[in-house]
Amino acid sequence: MNPKTLKYILKRLVLAVFTVWVVITITFFVMHAVPGGPFVGEKAVSPAVQKAMEAKYGLDKPLMEQYWTYLKDVLHFNFGPSLKQRGRQVVEVIGDGMKTSAKLGVIAAVMALAIGVVLGSVAALRRNTVADRIIMVMTTAFVSMPSFIMGSLLLVLFAIKLHLLPANGTTTSGLILPVITLMLSPMSYITRLTRSSMLDVLGQDYIRTARAKGVSRLKIIFGHALKNALIPVITYFGPMLAYIVTGSLVVEQIFAVPGIGRAFVSSITNRDYTMIMGTTIILASLIVIMNLVSDILYKVVDPRINLE
Amino acid sequence: MDANNLKRMSAQVNVDDFLPASEEEKAYMVKMRPSTTAFKDGVRRLKKNKIAMISFFVIVIVTLSAIFIPMFWPYKYEAMLGMQPGKPVDASFKNLAPMQYSTTELRKIEAGEKVFPHLFGTDASGRDYFIRVVYGTRISLAVGFFASIIVLVIGLTIGAISGYAGGKVDMIIMRIVDIIYSLPDMLMIILLAASLKMTLERSLEGTVFAKIGTNIISLFIIFALLYWVSMARLVRGQILSLREQEYVLAAETAGAKARWIIWKHLLPNCISVIVISTALQIPSAIFTESYLSFLGLGVNAPMPSLGSLASDALNGINSYPYRLVIPAVVISLIVLSLNLFGDGLRDAFDPKLNG
Repeated sequence: MNPKTLKYILKRLVLAVFTVWVVITITFFVMHAVPGGPFVGEKAVSPAVQKAMEAKYGLDKPLMEQYWTYLKDVLHFNFGPSLKQRGRQVVEVIGDGMKTSAKLGVIAAVMALAIGVVLGSVAALRRNTVADRIIMVMTTAFVSMPSFIMGSLLLVLFAIKLHLLPANGTTTSGLILPVITLMLSPMSYITRLTRSSMLDVLGQDYIRTARAKGVSRLKIIFGHALKNALIPVITYFGPMLAYIVTGSLVVEQIFAVPGIGRAFVSSITNRDYTMIMGTTIILASLIVIMNLVSDILYKVVDPRINLE
Repeated sequence: MDANNLKRMSAQVNVDDFLPASEEEKAYMVKMRPSTTAFKDGVRRLKKNKIAMISFFVIVIVTLSAIFIPMFWPYKYEAMLGMQPGKPVDASFKNLAPMQYSTTELRKIEAGEKVFPHLFGTDASGRDYFIRVVYGTRISLAVGFFASIIVLVIGLTIGAISGYAGGKVDMIIMRIVDIIYSLPDMLMIILLAASLKMTLERSLEGTVFAKIGTNIISLFIIFALLYWVSMARLVRGQILSLREQEYVLAAETAGAKARWIIWKHLLPNCISVIVISTALQIPSAIFTESYLSFLGLGVNAPMPSLGSLASDALNGINSYPYRLVIPAVVISLIVLSLNLFGDGLRDAFDPKLNG
């Protein structure tokens, strides 16, 4: 690896760490600027009890001290106890939700990638045919359809009208609709990305050379074209994860999937401070790391790419 | 051989060939077209793009109906039709199917009165659903429009300053931009929306802003805080490349101030890029608004937005799926046509950007 690449990786790493720190800081101060503590709104609590509760959770200390303690705790993956779910640590709640959400997200991402690449290649190889047109029209529609709309429509169609699939996402078969909902938009994006980069690659000189020397069509597509055509797709990994994470917030709501997204949304309505902070920080860090990895991978895989 | 050719062969001169040309013939020979400006040229290319033109008409029709239909429609978006002051609640107005009448209205029709139909029925509180969808469209469009204006103003100012000033100012601004850019926007938006909602509720009470609703205000604040970065980057890049042009040097030599150079020389030259990305910002703002409304962080009840209508409809989805489908279709239609029109604009006015 040349020093230029290393320098780039280092620069991005610093930026990523800094971004995560900014996220933690913003989250902390925003949550503490909100009027009314976490114990307001519950059944009438006497001032003495409220004081004792605040002392227990360290809410009576000066803000900067609380901030430093929190920063230290976060580095140890200790997000404190959930303020609303008695006796449970935020990490436990997030861990529980993560199991379902990760399954959902990973399946959606893999399917989006697999189907997207295939459809994109087909569209590129059969350019300007009916198949290409259909793929392009469909993907255009899917890209601009918000995930909650897509989810709701699928719910109406398959669960309520046709009774083909369960509307509730607690069972395994119930995860089919949420996965499709999360998958369609990234799949469409990958399809369009693959198509345009495939067309670009197919016009290159080395493809013509390969064809001229008699390499079979299949070998050209899989051995020469596809490998290079997939490089731009790597850049989409980060944004795809961000889309899946934010999409899963509403999709889990629609299909009642017991995942991290639903925990996040309900912690906002409950004003469960530690939960909101913990979930935001974990999801945000996940997205930042994924963006970092996909950007670095992109530069490393293709030496032609110019590093600024 | 016909007579005409015979004439030629006999070397006689055809007198007709030497007559002065008529105006029509002269016009035919002129190879010049009327001069065109960059704008006219772009409009011509845009008109040729069928998809963009269809999208444009869809946008115009949707916008006009969102503005004008509420003015003459007999029902109000917040009026619960079964509730008459001083009378018991008329439950027959609730949950009407499309085109169905309540028992009270049926009696009126029998008595010979004319009753305006409920095109999309009514909701669980007995409110006319059609006018709620129209009003929700109006809110969504307005939010999208104003949010992009905010983004435009802030991004343009910061980007122009950063690009023109260069040096340390540029570096500091660009590092801030880098960080905001790599923040996961949706999560930050949800966080800010949730907390701003709680913070603003108290301080806005009694002012004009209370009417607009804390959530919409916080939505605008969020856009002002987070979404200007890509616009600022774009403008900065444009300015950086334009700054090196000779005519800027000429203006500087003539003693022009920085403000003058930015406003009169640099911005007009990157106007097409700015307009296009503003146009593409509108659907993204509408999308964000509907997303937040769907999570319950959008407009305040009873005001509807397309997102909150869809979200409310989820409760009665088994019995009234059309209440979800209608706002869903409207949102998709708006976002899709705005996106396609924006793409068309880009292709027509700035072929360089296409890539």
